[in-house]
Amino acid sequence: MKGSRFLAPLYLFASFVPIYWLVCMSFKTNEEILGKFTFFPTSPTLDNYSTIFTDSSWSQSYLNSITYVTINTVLSVLVALPAAYAFSRYRFLGDKHLFFWLLTNRMSPPAVFLLPFFQLYSSIGLFDTPWAVALAHTLFTVPLAVWILEGFMSGIPREIDETAYLDGYSFARFFVRIFLPLVRSGVGVTAFFCFMFSWVELLLARTLTSVDAKPIAVTMTRTVSAAGMDWGVLAAAGVLTLIPGAIVIGFVRNYIAKGFALGRV
Amino acid sequence: MDKPINHRAWFLVTPVVAIVAFSAVIPLMTVVNYSVQDILGPDQRIFVGTDWFQKVLHDPELHGALLRQIVFSLAILAIQLPLGVGLALVLPREGWRSSLSLVLVSLPLLIPWNVVGTIWQVFGRGDIGLGGVALNALGIDYNYTANALHAWLTVVVMDVWHWTPLVALLAYAGLRAVPDAFYQAAKIDGASRWAIFRYIELPKLSGVLTIAVLLRFMDSFTIYTEPFVLTGGGPGNSTTFLSQYLATIAVGRFDLGPAAAFSLVYFLVILLFSYIFYTAMNSKGEAGK
Repeated sequence: MKGSRFLAPLYLFASFVPIYWLVCMSFKTNEEILGKFTFFPTSPTLDNYSTIFTDSSWSQSYLNSITYVTINTVLSVLVALPAAYAFSRYRFLGDKHLFFWLLTNRMSPPAVFLLPFFQLYSSIGLFDTPWAVALAHTLFTVPLAVWILEGFMSGIPREIDETAYLDGYSFARFFVRIFLPLVRSGVGVTAFFCFMFSWVELLLARTLTSVDAKPIAVTMTRTVSAAGMDWGVLAAAGVLTLIPGAIVIGFVRNYIAKGFALGRV
Repeated sequence: MDKPINHRAWFLVTPVVAIVAFSAVIPLMTVVNYSVQDILGPDQRIFVGTDWFQKVLHDPELHGALLRQIVFSLAILAIQLPLGVGLALVLPREGWRSSLSLVLVSLPLLIPWNVVGTIWQVFGRGDIGLGGVALNALGIDYNYTANALHAWLTVVVMDVWHWTPLVALLAYAGLRAVPDAFYQAAKIDGASRWAIFRYIELPKLSGVLTIAVLLRFMDSFTIYTEPFVLTGGGPGNSTTFLSQYLATIAVGRFDLGPAAAFSLVYFLVILLFSYIFYTAMNSKGEAGK
């Protein structure tokens, strides 16, 4: 396998090229982006970034996105933990069907479901709040969280539970004090996936917000105006949306690298 | 695996069922409601039974979109699975290089979907984009806005670039679960690299690969934002996949009834395929243990 050591760098390089192009564009002026082809920005400029940082609607929508993604991640992990425990430890009426049914909720084609979502969240008064987007995103994050956590939990021997109960631990105390630390890595990875899918989703987020809770990805579409597209600002905003995700994966990378040793996932 | 039977486990599952029922079942029921009615106005609704379903099932444009969709999903599964698993096998396992490559691999996953489309829109342009310029310099007359095949290939490459990391991350994580003792035993037996992969690593990966296949299948089958931003479904209909055709009916023409009937059929198709994948991979996984 002599050639294989070059495969990973090669792939990483290829996959980085479009991202390089995005970063590169964010430092160019619009004239340079549209005018001619250049490998590097000929006169690097920070104008695109300063446009974003001086306009409060950008930073506000950035915060909005982070708010609903955080709510969604916390909520998904919290409800998924006990459920995943139940699926990994017990058999109960309808367990297998329920497990598969959870995943079927990811299958709804977005276009038509947007209107019912809009009606539902308008009628309960959550429209244009981070909660609406966070709850709507649980549609695909909660099933995923249950599936991933179940894999991790199934990797932990059941003897641990039994010993703890014999030692007189209550379920709640056992779960928080003993079991959670054991599946810490699974929680980290699950949180990353919830974060990721919620962060990049646009259709639902756009439909369920108008002004107050507008997410960053929607604010970006403002760069399309009558005068054409403001590619530079769009690229700069794109670069900024990469940062929170990169930070999160920085936190969980060790879990991904080591922690899975426990689980089947 | 003999898990104890305990119906009280339902208490632990209830929060999940409640939240998913709220965010999924209520909208689904609304769509079912639309699909059997002709909605003329807020107070004018006519029950039309299965008319919309019949109309939708005989729509030739829909058949075209469905065919394109199936070819697309199969193509990206056929590329992303081997590529993702292969990548997971060759990624560094220890030290700073493993951390760095994990972050680099994941970057495309973290870009909002409309930005993904925008990146490729510029990147592929023959006059100002790096990818387009490079291809033209190689002597290929590449133009994704005019040539249907080029547009289709661009969407496939974009999707491979965007989503292979997901398969790679899951597979990488799954590979970490293979105990070192297995590799040592294989070494003593003089097993070839292929044999190690086929009989040790692949069976251990079956769990993660089930999830990877299901996720990739569902998400590619409902792909919308990226091709919409990149090509708007064109040139012609060449990159109009099911979701986008659905959006033209629902949002463009505002035909809610047919659109709802369509999305229920759509949903059932995905459900059917996913169930087949799930059962097939699960039974294979059980046999491999």
